[in-house]
Amino acid sequence: MSFINYSSREINCKIVYYGPGLCGKTTNLQHIYAKTNPDVKGKMISLETETERTLFFDFLPLALGEIRGFKTRFHLYTVPGQVFYDASRKLILKGVDGVVFVADSQIERMEANIESLDNLKINLLDQGYALDSIPYVVQYNKRDLPNAAPLDEMRRLLNPTQVPDYEASAATGEGVFETLKAVAKGVLTNLKNMGPAQTNPESAR
Amino acid sequence: MLQTQFMMREEDSRDLQAVLERLAVDARARGVFVVDKTGQLIGEAGEMMGVDSTSLASLAAGCVAATGGLALIFGEEEFPTHYHQGERDNLHITLLGERMILLVVFDERSSLGLVRLRVKKAGGELARIFEEARKKSEAQAASTASPFADITDDDIDNLFSD
Repeated sequence: MSFINYSSREINCKIVYYGPGLCGKTTNLQHIYAKTNPDVKGKMISLETETERTLFFDFLPLALGEIRGFKTRFHLYTVPGQVFYDASRKLILKGVDGVVFVADSQIERMEANIESLDNLKINLLDQGYALDSIPYVVQYNKRDLPNAAPLDEMRRLLNPTQVPDYEASAATGEGVFETLKAVAKGVLTNLKNMGPAQTNPESAR
Repeated sequence: MLQTQFMMREEDSRDLQAVLERLAVDARARGVFVVDKTGQLIGEAGEMMGVDSTSLASLAAGCVAATGGLALIFGEEEFPTHYHQGERDNLHITLLGERMILLVVFDERSSLGLVRLRVKKAGGELARIFEEARKKSEAQAASTASPFADITDDDIDNLFSD
């Protein structure tokens, strides 16, 4: 749910990075944080375990600039990827304006990708959203690894409706900003076209 | 129907600010914050203007969400009030209706009893303001085009032309 404040002339939008454990969601945010001008970013918060696995969420606020006199602020969140943190994932999807699904390109993680994507659809429906009714992009991460699955195969399994998708290596930063720009553009375009609020749970894939 | 956009008009913001400033004084609070459940900061008042309120909003929403999850496990619909006691500062967190969270930060100059009393009074006024804002948001969404309907692809692209 975007929040428009006419008094402070601000638009706030929430983007959630979703995907299986260790797919690189936090690494995406860390790269954005590292490469963004200090003027436009807030503090990055990571609620993680002692072994640096995401426990609840990572959070990074970004101010991208003004559009028609309104400051645009994006709040980037990651979810904990491990299967048993499902309750936390549901909470973080509350009020989401756009989703990035980060897939792990390693062949042995393909089942985990599919399971996580199914989990995303179910948890979005719990919040009253259908995946194909909100701005949504797919990132194929870890393309630099030797055991990466063929791109065509990943597209077939994870992106049958052909939403915008990007190859990436979050560890080196490749594809990270392209992914962010695509989802942010989707959110703003949605805002532009927004009339009455709407959801269509039956159209979930 | 799920509401996908929430707008605060200037008159609602002024009303909100007046209530928050009065609450900060009456409760002798260091800071008063209103956050929505998705982690957006809606308003603030008090002497804590230097605090990282963006992080505060996100973490407060996370805290409320996690506590709400715990409530469900125990068969409670919600735990509508939480209290965190620190060495210097204390946090009093209250849910305002289904969407908003009121967070009051106070130290030894105030007391939990006073804060609870003042929050109860202000809570009703805040709930009324947000209900008005919600109705206006819905009315506008149902009757008019988005205020951003005339933004262009170039406007959006320009945001990324660093």
